[in-house]
Amino acid sequence: MRGKYVIAGIGHTAFGKLGLDTVTLNTLACQAALQDAGVEKGAVDALFVKGPTSSKELLYGQKVSEALGIQPRWGGAWDQGGAANITLIDMAMMAIETGQCEVALVTFADNPRSGSRAAYARPRGNDAVYGWLSTAAGYGMIHQAHVAEYGTPPEAFAAFALAARSHGARNPHAQLRKAISLDDYLASPWVVEPLRRDDCCLVSDGAAAVVVMSARRAQALGVRQPAPILGIGGGQTSYDVHLRDVLTSTQAVQSGRMAFEMAGIRPQDIDVAQIYDCFTVTALMTLEDYGFCPKGGALDFVRDGQIEHGGRLPVNTAGGLLSETGMPGMQLILEGVRQVRGTANLQVPKVRHSLVSNQGGTMHTHSTLILGG
Amino acid sequence: MAETFTVEIDDINGPYWAGLRKGVLQYQACDCGYRWLPPRKLCPSCLGTGWRWETASGEGTIRSWVVYHTAYHPDFKDRLPYNVAIVRLAEGPQLIANIAAPHEALRVGAGVRLQPDMSRAQPIALFALHPWY
Repeated sequence: MRGKYVIAGIGHTAFGKLGLDTVTLNTLACQAALQDAGVEKGAVDALFVKGPTSSKELLYGQKVSEALGIQPRWGGAWDQGGAANITLIDMAMMAIETGQCEVALVTFADNPRSGSRAAYARPRGNDAVYGWLSTAAGYGMIHQAHVAEYGTPPEAFAAFALAARSHGARNPHAQLRKAISLDDYLASPWVVEPLRRDDCCLVSDGAAAVVVMSARRAQALGVRQPAPILGIGGGQTSYDVHLRDVLTSTQAVQSGRMAFEMAGIRPQDIDVAQIYDCFTVTALMTLEDYGFCPKGGALDFVRDGQIEHGGRLPVNTAGGLLSETGMPGMQLILEGVRQVRGTANLQVPKVRHSLVSNQGGTMHTHSTLILGG
Repeated sequence: MAETFTVEIDDINGPYWAGLRKGVLQYQACDCGYRWLPPRKLCPSCLGTGWRWETASGEGTIRSWVVYHTAYHPDFKDRLPYNVAIVRLAEGPQLIANIAAPHEALRVGAGVRLQPDMSRAQPIALFALHPWY
């Protein structure tokens, strides 16, 4: 499968507070992705939608198809939290491989900033009587466990936040364009201790989409800048965070192994990485579990600007969830593609291997994408 | 604290919450050897129904914990800051609970003992830190 499929086009809306419904946002992102690929909407025969986090609607994928004025043979919405973006690219590849379709759109939109943020504050079942509410608190448990097991200092979490915010500050499309210092990070208030405000991603409206097809099809259609998919993988734990045996490992282990094996490369071959950073602990554990550094060794890997533009492994070069947009993951795929094309705002020189991680739930799900230059 | 959040009691979890009203914490134990919470109709290991309720010793350890400085619902505003912990019972099952202790005394791995909060209409699983921690 290595290199047999490509991301042929990418598109996104503005990020921030937009006041638009999610179907319109999806439509705008799909239109932009098709334009970027140079493909007419009539060529699309599959539409894979990651449903909005803030609202659940029946037959949502079909509503987006209707708005796009297309009747894809394959279509629907998929719920796997933030891992779904890459998973849907994987499913598109499988559907094309088996002859079910030829040109697939993968899209996501949400509007929690102008609409409802209730999904992020949600009561967690009957345990809400203990005050167990919100998405952040589950990640707080993992952050605390990582600190207890490995002695991970605030400077390690801060280094990731500083890199993302520094890169986002230079991205004209970013929602939050304000770099921070270590002192700023340390002074930022607790949300759910041990999580500081600057450990937490943004809440954003916006949409992003990609077009997936075979490399052969892209050549036949004259796609200008196809980004070859060299490796892709996924993994999931089913158990909720408070029922897990291990809190300090993620499905990045499994997901990364699959993607690296397919690509036939090792972590040290990666030139630039977009690491899912809903919270800083997620990003540090993903770097560890992919094998960029030993377990508990994140500090030595991220300190002293090593993950900033110009460093050993630049991460989240458009700002990630902490700075570009809180969108759960599709924006990372777009930046991974730009780095391969050589069109990124903070371009890394001579990118041969560009990695993207997605994950969802409270580290329930993970997916990994490796693109080739 | 107002009790907007109340537990939804059903056929499956009824005995669990009834146990807490009597001051005991129960978990499910299957003939296959698996023990678990929260309550389920079928054993998640063997998928059978050969399980029974067993009473926990009340001894456990803190797997992790957080302190809320944000009220995600107005009901919890007056309680800020408050803690929530993941507790592993000596028998194996894990659950969400509150720890009756100063937050600076909380540690991952600390031993805790059940001390149900009987002041509520439906008591919940509150734990106290072992004195030696």
